[in-house]
Amino acid sequence: MSTRQQRLERLEEEAHKRILLLDGAMGTMIQAHKLDEADFRGERFKDHCQDLKGNNDLLLLTQPHIIADIHRAFLHAGADIIETNTFNSNAMSQSDYGLESLVYELNLAGARLARQVADQEEQEQPSRRRWVAGVLGPTNRTASMSPKVNDPGFRNVNFDDLRATYKESTLALVEGGVDLILVETIFDTLNAKAALFAIEQAFDELDFRLPIMISGTITDKSGRTLSGQTAEAFWYSVCHVQPFSVGLNCALGAEDLRPYIEELSGVADTLVSTHPNAGLPNEFGDYDATPESMGDTLEEFARSGLVNIVGGCCGTTPDHIREFARRIDGVPTRAKPRISPRLRLSGLEPFVAQI
Amino acid sequence: MTPTFINIGERTNVTGSAKFKKLILDGDYDAALRVALQQVESGAQIIDINMDEAMLDSEAAMVRFLNLIATEPAIARVPIMIDSSKWSVIEAGLKCVQGKSIVNSISLKEGEAPFIEQARKVKRYGAAVVVMAFDETGQAETAERKFDICQRCYKILTEQVGLPPQDIIFDPNIFAVATGIEEHNNYAVAFIDAVRQIKAKLPHVSVSGGVSNISFSFRGNNAMREAMHSVFLFHAIRAGLDMGIVNAGQLALYDDISPELRQAAEDVILNRRPDATERLLDISDRFKGPGSVRAKQDLTWRETDVATRLSHALVHGITDYIIQDTEQARQQMARSLHVIEGPLMDGMNTVGDLFGSGKMFLPQVVKSARVMKQAVAYLEPFMEQERKELGLESQKSAAKILLATVKGDVHDIGKNIVGVVLQCNNYEVLDLGVMVPANKILDTARAENVDIIGLSGLITPSLDEMCHVAAEMERQDFQVPLLIGGATTSKAHTAVKIDPNYNRGQTIYVSDASRAVGVALKLISEDLRADYIAEIRSEYKTIAERYATSSSKRKHLSLVEARANRHPIQWTGYQPPKPSLLGVKVFDDFDLSALADCIDWSPFFQTWELAGKYPDILDDETVGEAARQLFDDARRMLDQLVEQKWLRARGVIGLWPANTVDDDDIEIFTDESRTQTRVILRSLRQQMVKASGRANLALADFVAPKETGIADHIGAFAVTTGHGEEAITERFKKHHDDYSAIMVKALADRLAEAFAERLHQQVRKEFWGYAPDENLSNEQLMAETYVGIRPAPGYPACPDHTEKKLIWDLLAVEENAGMKLTESYAMWPGSSVSGFYFSHPDSQYFGVGKIGRDQVEDYARRKDMTVAEVERWLSANLD
Repeated sequence: MSTRQQRLERLEEEAHKRILLLDGAMGTMIQAHKLDEADFRGERFKDHCQDLKGNNDLLLLTQPHIIADIHRAFLHAGADIIETNTFNSNAMSQSDYGLESLVYELNLAGARLARQVADQEEQEQPSRRRWVAGVLGPTNRTASMSPKVNDPGFRNVNFDDLRATYKESTLALVEGGVDLILVETIFDTLNAKAALFAIEQAFDELDFRLPIMISGTITDKSGRTLSGQTAEAFWYSVCHVQPFSVGLNCALGAEDLRPYIEELSGVADTLVSTHPNAGLPNEFGDYDATPESMGDTLEEFARSGLVNIVGGCCGTTPDHIREFARRIDGVPTRAKPRISPRLRLSGLEPFVAQI
Repeated sequence: MTPTFINIGERTNVTGSAKFKKLILDGDYDAALRVALQQVESGAQIIDINMDEAMLDSEAAMVRFLNLIATEPAIARVPIMIDSSKWSVIEAGLKCVQGKSIVNSISLKEGEAPFIEQARKVKRYGAAVVVMAFDETGQAETAERKFDICQRCYKILTEQVGLPPQDIIFDPNIFAVATGIEEHNNYAVAFIDAVRQIKAKLPHVSVSGGVSNISFSFRGNNAMREAMHSVFLFHAIRAGLDMGIVNAGQLALYDDISPELRQAAEDVILNRRPDATERLLDISDRFKGPGSVRAKQDLTWRETDVATRLSHALVHGITDYIIQDTEQARQQMARSLHVIEGPLMDGMNTVGDLFGSGKMFLPQVVKSARVMKQAVAYLEPFMEQERKELGLESQKSAAKILLATVKGDVHDIGKNIVGVVLQCNNYEVLDLGVMVPANKILDTARAENVDIIGLSGLITPSLDEMCHVAAEMERQDFQVPLLIGGATTSKAHTAVKIDPNYNRGQTIYVSDASRAVGVALKLISEDLRADYIAEIRSEYKTIAERYATSSSKRKHLSLVEARANRHPIQWTGYQPPKPSLLGVKVFDDFDLSALADCIDWSPFFQTWELAGKYPDILDDETVGEAARQLFDDARRMLDQLVEQKWLRARGVIGLWPANTVDDDDIEIFTDESRTQTRVILRSLRQQMVKASGRANLALADFVAPKETGIADHIGAFAVTTGHGEEAITERFKKHHDDYSAIMVKALADRLAEAFAERLHQQVRKEFWGYAPDENLSNEQLMAETYVGIRPAPGYPACPDHTEKKLIWDLLAVEENAGMKLTESYAMWPGSSVSGFYFSHPDSQYFGVGKIGRDQVEDYARRKDMTVAEVERWLSANLD
């Protein structure tokens, strides 16, 4: 079994040699189990005062074998990096279920479970390293926008609240053994900046650092995040943590993401990732993009030198990941561009000082 | 100032702006936001926000204002400079901005420990930072100390804190000079020297400064301050100053300052003589009052040599002496042509350079062109005579460009401006005017052997005509570049729809007049052409491909679904207002002075490519001066126009019984018995996928359906202020005065809009009478805060231009107002407006947007047109 230190050295090495593969959709796979309220509650929460169905992260405590099986299926399909099932393990999202006290426990369990499955996989296939990315989701609130139409100055969450819960989550994920921290599905960059602030604070306290992956979400074809930033402006807002990678996931299908991946790829002097949805949901809420069609698109990204890390978001299954593995095999990874040192700022749009 | 100099908006600063301070103290955040918006609109690339005021909870004010800005995309698009002397206020601000901001400022004032701690936080929040040249012993005054402190900070920030040097902005303190205290005399020199050293020795950093400090001792005398700022910036920017918190609208052009004052100011700024301050003070009284420092206020330029005078007249657009100066130059030179090739072209090159570097604006350039044209016109007969004597062919200019507004379209202000700007740059322009058929364009192009063809159009059917011209160029073996411009044209349409028709040559979209020269230059130049065309080709290819993939996937509702999601008006119990006027009313020779009073000026400035809202634009940092000059000229002409009745305002309105039938049609009846249908207005419905709770609108939604039995009504109008305009513009053109010719057209357009606005108000208050007590200011009228709408065919809510035919029939427009429709349904005269009136309180403006095949077919059936015809008229609304 490898140590985290060994894995991190190997990650650095491999990331510059080949395109790395992320896993696919946890939520889609859980849905397929058609779990009911009692399954979600398990023994421990059978008397909890609120409905718990839909709290996917809670399954880490009540049905851990299901989550472990899903991790395993993605590893078998060829994923290099698996994501912890902690997308909603923050105080804001858990408060919907009256479970905000479980934040630390959920993140710890999520990290341990994923690492455990990855370790088993490494034992079976000792030549290959498998990494675990600890997921920090966007929460269900937004620090840059008002939920009240007639009071645009109002906010239902602030930077300090977000920072506090993200720090708690980060400390738990690191304790549980994750190799990277992944801030993903960012629809409001201010939420993400609070997460990044918290991560760095946690690293300071622990006195060591893990690589950070950052992944934003372009919500429609305007090419902007929900909070209104362009991809380039988004990069200038988060580049100060010198992340391991930056990328885009969720919302649009792979093909529609291309111009924005290309935009990021041109300005970011770090690795670029993408894990898109399997297309847009159809009228039944299902995702239609087949492994082949998504594979076509991601292969084209890879061959055009746009990406270093690929994977899937909503609607993608182990079959998708298996196909992606086949498509990117042997395709050279993107070379990081050289970016001239200039004052680069952003509002919703980028601002680059001319020299 | 060079274009790379970064303007930081200074007016959202309570310490610098009394007006902003009052708004914040009064809690009027809406108005405060408008101040921010105005700065961005007028070109501030970053906005500085400061809430340091003893009477304020500065942290709360900063948070509230930044949160509000975050929800205004037009403001939030630029980065924020969070400005406070209190770290707690800065940190509260940093927690509200999603973008990468600038912290203003930190320093070594309290020692290294707090400096490092704050810098670490700056980095953690992901911001850049202004660092003052201030240390434990105080603010640095000499160049050496300024540089030493900055160097010390640089070392700490890059080595200990790990801040990237490009995120550091040094502010080496600008202090007041000419204070009467001898030690202060070298402050400006010290700053400029420090800037030079910092830029040379501390790689990748920027330098900034608060410029107005320099002239603090002249407060109360803005004219002097303006001159000092201008001279100071001239030298500081050359030394490497990257950005400044300045009010650029108050800056005189360095070259414009009267030489005496400039020298005196320069002596002070550069500390060139011990008595510099006294000398500046001595002359300061003579230069009191705004604008008085400018040399054009006096006639000293008349004392210079003739070449300098010609150049001055061109740069400043002064025609008063142009004939006498041109004559004098002609007498001094061997040939008349040399006057053009020598001093006149030199002057125009200066104009071109100033325009290119953003120091002159469009209206000023058009005025320069007027001076040039008059000089050339004066020289023409002499040159002709000389050519005959010398037996020479006529002179060939740099290149020939043909311009035309396409068949069916009458709009030409933009095209005329492009023509003038090109002529200023020594292109020969053949302007064929408006409503020019393809064969006339191409026959002329061939006969005259032109190098470039430029097409213009304002209404959507013109897009189709442009495709036709392009296809004809292909068929007739043309190879010259084809330029496309005008309000409805776009890069996407050019790339996707026009360009594929013409493969032998290149089609190029030109977004505005200021770009035309650059495009023409590249197309004419042997060296640049190939690369430029290759670049355009690949860009258009990408656009076309992206369009092809995105349009195949765009989702629409079916027409049935869209109709089911119509705007839900509760008709039961609704009593529509009954008009006091039924039928038609004609307004002949409407009072122009009444219209002149309610002109909406903002679009007028847009016509001249000056960005900003009236009246704020007049004080704008960047274009304020150009805007003021233009506005003065416009007001002067408007007075003359009204007094001498250059134009005749004619209009007609009508109101009739009407009801909606079959979802999207509005039946208009001959009379209140509602038995006989006069005409049917066919509205188009939005089919885009809407967020829940938002309806798919059609104009028919705002009129009561027939089955409700409710007696509703509809109105229509057509107005023009264009009668008489042609004669006036011709007169100006004859006198080589394009500036005034374009001005008349631009004013006539505004008067037509004002006329439409004015009649709509009378309809609401009187003829339909549903808002008898309405009492709105001009601003409110322009902001369309009233009840009811007046959508115009060809605009987003009813994009089909052919519906104008209905208005013409209903109102007998041709007979009653003398207005005609072209084959493309453009209105003649050009300065005209027509549309429908709707009264329901829910009625609103909207864009129909893209519609589906099902609606195209349905509409074709209802309009009794073929599908192909509908597709032609609605091409902009199809995927």
